[in-house]
Amino acid sequence: MRHLLSTKDLTRDEAVRILDIAEDMADVSTREVKKLPALRGKTVVNLFFEDSTRTRISFEAAAKRLSADVINFSAKGSSVSKGESLKDTAQTLAAMGADGVVIRHHASGAPQVLAQSGWIDAAIVNAGDGTHEHPTQALLDAFTMRRRLFPGESRGRGLDGVSVVIVGDILHSRVARSNLWLLRTLGATVTFVAPATLVPLGADTWPADISFDLDATLALTQPDVVMMLRIQSERMNAAYFPTAREYARQWGLDDERLGRLRPDSIVMHPGPMNRGLEISAGAADSAQSTVLEQVANGVSIRMAVLYLLLSGEREALA
Amino acid sequence: MTRYLLRGATLPDGSPADIVIDEGRIVSTAPGAASDGPGTIVIDAGGLVALPGLVDLHTHLREPGFEQSETVLTGTRAAAAGGFTSVFAMANTLPVSDTAGVVEQVQSLGDAAGYATVRPIGAVTVGLAGERLSEIGAMAQSRAAVRVFSDDGKCVHDSLLMRRALEYVKTFDGVIAQHAQDPRLTENAQMNEGALSSELGLKGWPAVAEESIIARDVLLAEHVGARLHVCHLSTAGSVDVIRWAKARGIAVTAEATPHHLLLTEDLVRSYDARYKVNPPLRRDDDVQALREGVADGTIDIVATDHAPHPRESKESEWDAAAFGMVGLESALPVVQTALVDTGLIGWQDVARVLSTAPARIGRLTGHTHSFEDGAPANLTLVDPSDRSVFTLDRLHGKSVNTPYEGLELAGNVRWTFHHGFPTLRDGVLAPADEVAASAASIAQHRIGAQSHG
Repeated sequence: MRHLLSTKDLTRDEAVRILDIAEDMADVSTREVKKLPALRGKTVVNLFFEDSTRTRISFEAAAKRLSADVINFSAKGSSVSKGESLKDTAQTLAAMGADGVVIRHHASGAPQVLAQSGWIDAAIVNAGDGTHEHPTQALLDAFTMRRRLFPGESRGRGLDGVSVVIVGDILHSRVARSNLWLLRTLGATVTFVAPATLVPLGADTWPADISFDLDATLALTQPDVVMMLRIQSERMNAAYFPTAREYARQWGLDDERLGRLRPDSIVMHPGPMNRGLEISAGAADSAQSTVLEQVANGVSIRMAVLYLLLSGEREALA
Repeated sequence: MTRYLLRGATLPDGSPADIVIDEGRIVSTAPGAASDGPGTIVIDAGGLVALPGLVDLHTHLREPGFEQSETVLTGTRAAAAGGFTSVFAMANTLPVSDTAGVVEQVQSLGDAAGYATVRPIGAVTVGLAGERLSEIGAMAQSRAAVRVFSDDGKCVHDSLLMRRALEYVKTFDGVIAQHAQDPRLTENAQMNEGALSSELGLKGWPAVAEESIIARDVLLAEHVGARLHVCHLSTAGSVDVIRWAKARGIAVTAEATPHHLLLTEDLVRSYDARYKVNPPLRRDDDVQALREGVADGTIDIVATDHAPHPRESKESEWDAAAFGMVGLESALPVVQTALVDTGLIGWQDVARVLSTAPARIGRLTGHTHSFEDGAPANLTLVDPSDRSVFTLDRLHGKSVNTPYEGLELAGNVRWTFHHGFPTLRDGVLAPADEVAASAASIAQHRIGAQSHG
């Protein structure tokens, strides 16, 4: 594995390997000294063309725990906002000797363009591109599911037979896409629930069940996992749904719907949450919620990915 | 002027011909012409198909305003290399070709360069803004004598304005060439809308955004009794709408580009912006429907939509890249590959879709239609047996944004004659100064001929 651009092209063995290494990294995080020397002398650049403090600090923490040097490059207010091209930015980072580039970009495919361009030789990690993919989010979600559903015996296994319901703005969600491909590779089943306006065209050809009715889906599948996606309020202005109230009534995980879940079902959210819109405070703060675990696991997963791409083991997984 | 004998050529209908060109005109095509004196240059045309000079109804020459991408000179050099003797230059220049002054400037740049006849297209609306009609009459009556009007790159989407434009150009025997794209359905659209765009996370450009405009426009053309030309059809549904309109007797003509006849949206998986074009590459079903449309005459012409862009406009993330591909040098090879070698059409059809039909739609004068004796010697010789991998050194414009690099294509243009002057000589472009001098002497000759009679 030279880059991590998407979950769609991860094999099951590669995915399980990343999850297992993340288990080791999670163990490190419980130690008094939360640091490994694995990437000493390596330089990781966080190249963020889109604001995302949460994802950036997660990658930053991961790289630092592996002893890498970290450079944060935010496109806002930099030369990029003055018209510098992706190519010039990439060549600049290459000239500075970046070993790994963690890129968040508003344009789908930008990480792939960087990886195949020849502008820079560094390992590329996709930290979210447009409405395409967000592979480390999907990996940390799978990691979280595996640990919750198979406590103490999570290593080495996939998610065979696990049923996952993903609710919300599937159309614009790179998290939904990355989760679908990875969950299917790991053996889980996926149901997307959304108003018809937020289901991507052609999603009927994807390996997911599509539903418009959250209540019916929850009753029918009794899912192991319910994942709520963030709804951006500007979607209302583009006529995807009439009002936030109507959305919350039809597709929000409120306390009443939470009460109808199996007690051992888990509730996930990639954050940041709109409490009261797609998820109630009761659901977000319940014992079934994994929201904070997801944040913690994000660091472990990103440590595993950086370790695999940048340490001496880089070629072993190729 | 030099006399030429093209010995052993094959005409589009398959008949053998020895083509004699003298004083810029075709003198005879009967086989067995003697080489006739020391002044005659004899060209071995054995194995080559002679076509009437190709006519591109849809070229972006970029001048004035975008000379970093192309100029009239460089664009017509690309045209000559591709076998074209006439190109219609789209109006999205800077300033926009919406006044007599700009179209006359484009016309005179073409006349001076001499590689091909340049026919300016006038904008339908001022500044391509879609708000009020440009001075269509002034452009029609200018020295450029514009007959084709288009806001290409943008759709004339206001229904009333489109109706008025269709009606108004009737006054000048003009035609509106519509870029059919509903702007609201395609805001920030990046590729064909479907399962693949959803997977790749690229905003979709739905087929209905093209088909609904075409359906409206053919009904408007019927209602006001006007001619309508539809640019770059890209979907199977558009072919169906045009087929229906023609069956109803509506005066509509339609075009397809070479790239929509060969390439599909699957290429977008690479996020390589060379494949970014508007309208976008579609599904294989659409490609097959377009090919059938050309074969059965629903689609009248193939036009390149030659759209040069500098490197930096394509070396970027997909969303930021420019739409468009260059296409003049590859057009005939793609048509042979997609349509002739697949058995869908013959060389007479090639002559029709790439030459005589676009000449008729654009009201092009001084064109060679059927190698009739005395016709202006605008013709091209193509080697249909050539099979070669397309390389960037086959391009002669300023830009290299071709989607065909590395693809094997059939056929290769060897010679192009523009008003009897060989602009392309066994695959090599004639030097610019020679071509310009020849063009100047032809112009002089014409003025002389006019003053004598």
